[in-house]
Amino acid sequence: MKVPIKLTVNGKSHESEVPARQLLVHYLRDDLGLTGTKIGCDTSQCGACVVRINGSTVKSCTCLAVQADGADVVTIEGLAQDGNLHPVQEAFWDNHGLQCGYCTAGMIMTITELLERNPNPSADEVRAGLEGNICRCTGYHNIVKAALAAAEAISTGAGGG
Amino acid sequence: MTTRLFGSGIRRREDPRLITGQASYTDDIKLAGLVHAAILRSPHGHARINSIDTSAAAAAPGVIAVYTGADTEGVLNPMPCAWVIPDSDVKAVAYPPIARDVVRYVGDAVAVVVAEDRYQAEDALELITVDYEPLPTVINPEAAMQEGAPQLHEDAPSNQAFHWVAAGGDTDDAFANADVVVRDTIIQQKLIPNPMEPRSAIATYVPAMGELTIWNTTQNPHIARFVTCLVTGIPEHKIRVIAPEVGGGFGAKIAVYAWDMVTAFCAMKLGRPVKWTETRSENFVSTTHGRDHVEYVEMAANSDGRVTGVRSVVYAGMGAYLSTAAPGIPTILHGLMYSGPYDIANIKADIYGVFTNSTPVEAYRGAGRPEATFLLERLMDLVAAEVGKDPVEVRRMNLIPKFENGHDVAIGLTYDSGDYEGVLNVALEHVNYDQLRHDQAHGREHGRLTGIGVSCYCEICGLGPSQVAGAVGFGGGLWESATVRFYATGKVNVFIGTSPHGQGEETTFAQIMSEELGVPVDDVEVIHGDTDTTPMGWGTYGSRTTVVGGGALALSARKIKDKAITLAAHLLEAAEADIEYEDGNFFVRGAPDNGKTIQEIALMANVAWNMPEGMEPGLEATTFYDPPNFSYPFGAHVAVVNVDPDNGHIVLERYVAVDDCGPQINPMIVEGQVHGGVVQGAGQALWEGAVYDDNGQLLTGSMLDYALPRAHLVPDIETLSTVTPSPHNPLGVKGIGETGTIASTVTIYNAVIDALRPLGVTRLEMPLTPERVWRAIQEAGGHHGHGHSHSHGHDHGHDHGHGH
Repeated sequence: MKVPIKLTVNGKSHESEVPARQLLVHYLRDDLGLTGTKIGCDTSQCGACVVRINGSTVKSCTCLAVQADGADVVTIEGLAQDGNLHPVQEAFWDNHGLQCGYCTAGMIMTITELLERNPNPSADEVRAGLEGNICRCTGYHNIVKAALAAAEAISTGAGGG
Repeated sequence: MTTRLFGSGIRRREDPRLITGQASYTDDIKLAGLVHAAILRSPHGHARINSIDTSAAAAAPGVIAVYTGADTEGVLNPMPCAWVIPDSDVKAVAYPPIARDVVRYVGDAVAVVVAEDRYQAEDALELITVDYEPLPTVINPEAAMQEGAPQLHEDAPSNQAFHWVAAGGDTDDAFANADVVVRDTIIQQKLIPNPMEPRSAIATYVPAMGELTIWNTTQNPHIARFVTCLVTGIPEHKIRVIAPEVGGGFGAKIAVYAWDMVTAFCAMKLGRPVKWTETRSENFVSTTHGRDHVEYVEMAANSDGRVTGVRSVVYAGMGAYLSTAAPGIPTILHGLMYSGPYDIANIKADIYGVFTNSTPVEAYRGAGRPEATFLLERLMDLVAAEVGKDPVEVRRMNLIPKFENGHDVAIGLTYDSGDYEGVLNVALEHVNYDQLRHDQAHGREHGRLTGIGVSCYCEICGLGPSQVAGAVGFGGGLWESATVRFYATGKVNVFIGTSPHGQGEETTFAQIMSEELGVPVDDVEVIHGDTDTTPMGWGTYGSRTTVVGGGALALSARKIKDKAITLAAHLLEAAEADIEYEDGNFFVRGAPDNGKTIQEIALMANVAWNMPEGMEPGLEATTFYDPPNFSYPFGAHVAVVNVDPDNGHIVLERYVAVDDCGPQINPMIVEGQVHGGVVQGAGQALWEGAVYDDNGQLLTGSMLDYALPRAHLVPDIETLSTVTPSPHNPLGVKGIGETGTIASTVTIYNAVIDALRPLGVTRLEMPLTPERVWRAIQEAGGHHGHGHSHSHGHDHGHDHGHGH
């Protein structure tokens, strides 16, 4: 059974017919070709698939494509504006906040939302905010450092985006 | 303008594609006509297959084909084991890509479905009916060798996969004459590596050309091609293996997997590109595991704490089959490291490899060396408790004194260089050790259970001299290659045989090039991971990429420099002996302003309008570099923990890593490797462990059940370093990819035991879950004191069927 959906992804509107059971992450990756969003698990634990839906962070592997009907979705591909990296992307680059890069999209999306809620977090607050994201490479040290650096850049207006 | 960037923590050139979602991992790749495979896996730990009915699956919507072991038998050869250690009676049992008559672990492949989309393939798996006759299972490697244990393979009696012994000195004599002998039983629990990218493969076959291409999440595409040739029968030159972006490996992407061969089989049968990507839950059973030792270990010492001997009997679980490199891990990479950074005259390692009804074991970050470091550092603490000295004091009196060019240890290795007391001093000074102990004692008076663990380690990596590889039964060489190619515009491609997958060598190798030839770092592009475009190499594992591959690159750059000097002499109408080089400029001595830059030399070499007589055009060099020795990084780590006596909860308060990997090309990347390694090792100490039930079911079979380290559970990692160059490779560097894991597990473990010692707890099994700690505190209640190393010790032998 196919269901019509209409949504905005990274500022672009899409009208699609999707199987009722199709996961949002598969719709983004397979139908729209937005493969920056990753699949790291199947139990909603790792957070590699985190996207923003109407501003909230959502694990797109635990959401049906039809549930995003009418929504405004932002993925990692939609973060940089006019060729300028988002301050969180810039901070990940500056602070070696990634190694293999597989968890990175989910980490960055999660931190963009975290910093909107709490523009000046402590390291402990960043760590608590990353409870739903797993990284196997960095030991989190430089991810936390990047998040704090991004907060600083945003608050001083030093970052792009 | 200086272009020298060796030693500078510049940002990684890999990152722009990774932080914007533009990188392409295997599962991101789409090909025209692509179809999707899903694999049916055994739900039994051990069972006979009476029959398989695939008819309903074959008729399901979208299904293109269903294959079983009957289809692959005779077409695909068995999976080979590539590390058959000599003189060890290795039983290289048959390992069919799809099981035929018997399944031997939960996860063994039984059938494969190919369908138009992934959902249809998964649906069809549920329509396959398999009539299984369950057989008894055995999971614990020591129990598997007991008489009457279920047998996995007819040609491996007692489930013994191999028996390997290494010794130096005379341990019998050392133990007979020791003042003090301490013993322990150590369970190195089975671990599940969990790189964040699950495994994936895409295969496409062109029948008219007889050409097979596989995109695959591997750490070693050239080895994958070699083994694919052996399994499929397709000649090696007709196979192309591409490792695109690879999302971490940690050893789990060394093995050449049966599932990739099955994917290739489907592509060959169907003439269409086929993709297989495991789910995470599938990864838990189908991708290789690590560790899994039952160890009986003991250390002999004089009454002052001077260690005279170490010996072990180890039962190392191999899982149901021998994975590609598995036998070499608990032997060559473990037993040979029993001296660690210490001067120990008498050493013996007695290692059994054992088949069990569980997922095959392979290298997992550190691979054998974390286990060796664990037993040494554990025993050092027991000796210290026994002789009544501070653990640091006992370590210090046993350390090998500083050496710069080779030191032989009793078991037969020659370490390259070391300053073990130097790193220990840096660590102790950084944490203010005396103050720490003072604070600990003060806290204890107020009921606070603080623990301090201090470890020294030395490890073997930068694998390795090919002659040694051959002597220890590795089925290949361990040299590396690098091609440097200058274009007319002065831009450079570097092609390497290794295959980094998160370690940042695109950046560090560009830094090596800029150091060697004064080329701006942005003018260098490093190409890896494609057997059609890169020279043969053996891959990225064993902390070898920068040591061996970087060595090959430096030597290629130096060959280019030699040619450039000859060409510059010709262009400047001077004698070669009068040409000097500085920072990318070749000039006649005393006239640096009238020189030729490397870019001008590259232009002339490529257009070749004016070359010295007999000189070939082009500016390109390839080196196959075979290192004369391994590299032996070392360090000293300190952990501080607090244990809540009411609930057993452990908080890792501080972790300090002082490491020496020689000169650091990019310190930012070095620190990142240490951070990640330390936390992975912390995972083993505190949270991670594969748990099987008596039927061979994996109870920790998803990320819900298997506890990986999370951000809020770990502190910032304090990293420091010293620099002791290796005399045995062109850059003087040593590996750093695994040191964190090698040292941190036991450092944290010892810290926890240190915290609990006043309560009478002297040993625990990992992971150190709050429940285990709490129970141990309860059981030890009222049993205060110390020096219980004998009371829990065992004579090694076969009478201890420890479950885990």
